[in-house]
Amino acid sequence: MTGRRIEAGGLIDRAARLNFSFDGRNYTGHPGDTLASALLANGVRILGRSFKYHRPRGPWGAWFDDPNAMMNVRLGRDELPNCPATTTALVNGMSARAVNAWPSAAHDIKGGLDLFHRWLGAGFYYKTFMWPNWHLFEPSIRKMAGLGALEMSGIEGHVTDRVDDVCDLLVVGGGAAGLSAARAAAEAGQGVLLVEDHPELGGGLYRRGTPVDGQPPVAWVAEQRHAIEAAGGRILTGTTAYGVYDHGLVALSEDRGFAKAPRLWRMRVRRAILAAGATDRPLTFANNDLPGIMAVEAGLEFLGRHGVLVGQKIALASNTSFGDLAAERLEAAGATVRRYDPTARPLQGIGRKGLEAVRHGRYRYDADVLLASAGWTPLVHLWRHAGGKLRWSDALSAFLPGDPPEGMAAVGAANGTFDLDHAVEEAGCVATGTPLPQPRTRYHIAPHWPEPGGEGRQWIDFQHDVTLKDVEQAARENYTSVEHLKRYTTLGMASDQGKTSNMAGLAAMAAIQGRPIPEVGTTTFRPPFVPVPMELYHGTNRGQQFHPLKRLALEPQHRAAGAALGEYGGWLRPAWYGENPMTQAIRDEALMARQTVGVLDASPLGKIEVMGPDAEAFVNFIYYNTIRTLKPGRIRYGLMLTEGGVVYDDGVIARVAADHFVISCSSSHVDGVTALLESWRQDGNDPDRIFVHDCTAHWATITVTGPEARRVMRALDLPVQDVPHMSFCDAIFAGRPLRIARVSFTGDTSYEMSVPTGSALALWQAVKEAAEGRGGGPIGVEALSVLRAEKGYIMVGKDTDGETMPHDLGFTGPREKKKAAFVGDRSLHTATANASDRRQLVGLAVEEGAPALPTGAHIVTGGERPASQGYVTSSYDSPILGRPIAMALIAGGHARLGEEVTIWHMDETRSATITAACAFDRQGARLDA
Amino acid sequence: MQLFPCPFCGDRDEREFHFAAEAGKSRPDTTGAVSDAEWATYLYAQRNDKGPVREVWVHLTCAELFVLERDSVTMAVLRATPLRQDPA
Repeated sequence: MTGRRIEAGGLIDRAARLNFSFDGRNYTGHPGDTLASALLANGVRILGRSFKYHRPRGPWGAWFDDPNAMMNVRLGRDELPNCPATTTALVNGMSARAVNAWPSAAHDIKGGLDLFHRWLGAGFYYKTFMWPNWHLFEPSIRKMAGLGALEMSGIEGHVTDRVDDVCDLLVVGGGAAGLSAARAAAEAGQGVLLVEDHPELGGGLYRRGTPVDGQPPVAWVAEQRHAIEAAGGRILTGTTAYGVYDHGLVALSEDRGFAKAPRLWRMRVRRAILAAGATDRPLTFANNDLPGIMAVEAGLEFLGRHGVLVGQKIALASNTSFGDLAAERLEAAGATVRRYDPTARPLQGIGRKGLEAVRHGRYRYDADVLLASAGWTPLVHLWRHAGGKLRWSDALSAFLPGDPPEGMAAVGAANGTFDLDHAVEEAGCVATGTPLPQPRTRYHIAPHWPEPGGEGRQWIDFQHDVTLKDVEQAARENYTSVEHLKRYTTLGMASDQGKTSNMAGLAAMAAIQGRPIPEVGTTTFRPPFVPVPMELYHGTNRGQQFHPLKRLALEPQHRAAGAALGEYGGWLRPAWYGENPMTQAIRDEALMARQTVGVLDASPLGKIEVMGPDAEAFVNFIYYNTIRTLKPGRIRYGLMLTEGGVVYDDGVIARVAADHFVISCSSSHVDGVTALLESWRQDGNDPDRIFVHDCTAHWATITVTGPEARRVMRALDLPVQDVPHMSFCDAIFAGRPLRIARVSFTGDTSYEMSVPTGSALALWQAVKEAAEGRGGGPIGVEALSVLRAEKGYIMVGKDTDGETMPHDLGFTGPREKKKAAFVGDRSLHTATANASDRRQLVGLAVEEGAPALPTGAHIVTGGERPASQGYVTSSYDSPILGRPIAMALIAGGHARLGEEVTIWHMDETRSATITAACAFDRQGARLDA
Repeated sequence: MQLFPCPFCGDRDEREFHFAAEAGKSRPDTTGAVSDAEWATYLYAQRNDKGPVREVWVHLTCAELFVLERDSVTMAVLRATPLRQDPA
């Protein structure tokens, strides 16, 4: 038992008690405690185990600068892994368990791993698990790696809400400097937002405990808060600015309580003042990782904020002028304090499961706590996110903000202004744009850095167990750049991302190489500043909010008809209808459409109007096929290519008038084709002479297909005699306009009828009734896929890939004959386009009685090492043919009709015969039956 | 996250925009002879300048293409011009 709660002082509420447990034992704490401060108050020293050697660990820091005390915390039904004990506010009923330790942090069975440290140095994994193959070892190493275990059930409602906001001035940090800056700016009329990551304002003031402007910290903080709010400033506590992004975007994470996703603020700021403060960096000496050794500032923080005196016999090793004040504070609280000068002679920690004594040169002193500091490191992370430069200060032995990024200034300890009164003055000046006083400092530091070749095990990275010897080894193996050093040793890759380890690590490398520290440089500072849930990165960009489904006007009717709905190209569409199992339902619908009549909701089909005096030349350029010769009232099938000559879309185009076309592209390509048309219209044409408008959503389309289709149309009294194949006519249905197009995606006589969306219901009911009277009915998208595959009709993106050109599909005419320029034209005449082994679209017939080929199966060459010659793109059981059908892209396929080929899929081989892509009604007799 | 100025809608989040092309690139006249090299340059070669660049972007929500001048190093936005007013 070393730490204890003192009688008075701190921001905790001693009147209320909170019960919690750690590693199975029960303790009490108070509101205002963190898990770490409450455990220290209960005399607990070991709060965790290190990652690699499972060494016992107590907290080093008192806030986000602690890499040691990581816990799985359960509260009611919620459990979160890897909660830092120093930043997790204590809640009544919490049950915490140290990660990476079993059965407890105090008695961890893997603690014995530490005995093997001699063989487990930097690069151990890279060198050892090479032979015969890393993947052999990977599963067991992965099992050992990682920290807390994730509760797979997840947390219900762990969803952030996102606020987008703006402010004139964002002040990051609610300590003395931040409060002064925010107050001065707010009183000068600026729209100020102050964020502070602690639940209370005040920053480092409670550590010092010294008066500000003659007032005790709590009173001074309250006055600033009142003044800021009275001047219209806003304050967010429990809120961390964790990333600065382009054009003044700052990401803020607002704590909403344990296991609740923080609120994400996307704050667009005109100007920011960084008043984030500074942290103590660890002293590097032998056994500097023992529980009981912590930062000077952490000892003061636990005392001033939480009313916890961390030890009774305290050794204080600090190389800065702040040591005096720290000693005074701790002695006043009742501890015996003995000071050591770490620069005078080597320091060593003594003890097994915690600090028992300190060796200083030849002398040994008993101590239960050693507070150590190698100096202050300003928190310049956000400065670097924003693109600000750093400069090295010899006087402060630290990297300070140098050339500023646009719209950002740093004040207070973050700017190396460590003296309280100076920081307050500087903050006020920067906030209001008044000239700064001459820089001055009372802070004094005797530089002390890791000394290569030193005795014993000296920790650089506490969580990842990187010691000075590992850095020396990395240097010997030529990993001397800090970025290489980091990745080779994992120094700075722990959950604190180097907040404690980076300075010591790069200083060690500098010392080893005999280079100055600024020349070695720092690793890159990247967001997030502290760990934040992934939730903050995807936030509301999920599901329907990210990618809303497009819905059919007739969805209620489809549901009423028992449709199984599925997503097809962004639309929610009927896949099939009825109670039967999927395969049966699809088969029945496909057969029905071949034997009588099928009715399909084809509303998602593209309907893009192109009009204007230059419309004809425009569509003639956009399409692979010649459109110029298309007569009004007629329809033509065509392909659109990319400039690379690859098939992008297929569909039909109808000419309404000399200067008016309607492009009917694939359902899933409407947005893409519209964008492509707009791009060519505006960039390459006179945009005043062409008009493009996507009216897909304005028109519902119902397709009637099959041998009985014509009779269904007649029963509805619709003018079918006027509409030959590949033409359209306008008519009236129920008093509203109706366009009837004779095009077919099934190979049977088909009518596509489009009406304004408001009239869809009446048309659907009439058509469905008439079809059902003739033994037909609605069919879903799956049956349509079978019908079109029987005919060898392609679906772009399924039966084509990123290399398929029109001649690979058999459409050779325009490539050879079209005179006018068109998109992708020149790409169709390159050596690649002319190659003889291009993958071409063909059909495949399986052996008598064999099942359908798997889609995606490869057509392979024979021999020892089979190579792929292509793959199956579509494969179905054809109910009308009574056998499986398939389409495939096969190298040189057009010249190989009748050839027997080997099909490979998941280590099984079969054979099939190459046929034409069209398997049904090759003469096309049914098209106009 | 950058803010881009659509000449018609004003400052909007970069996620509403797509890069279309580097400005000033023109399509070879494919009704005449175009060498493989010339066509490949048109299709694939990007200047990818470091510093000030002129690019065509499209604001997806209003479908307008425009010339965006920006600095590819500092991410500063210099100017946005409607395509039809662009002198080049």
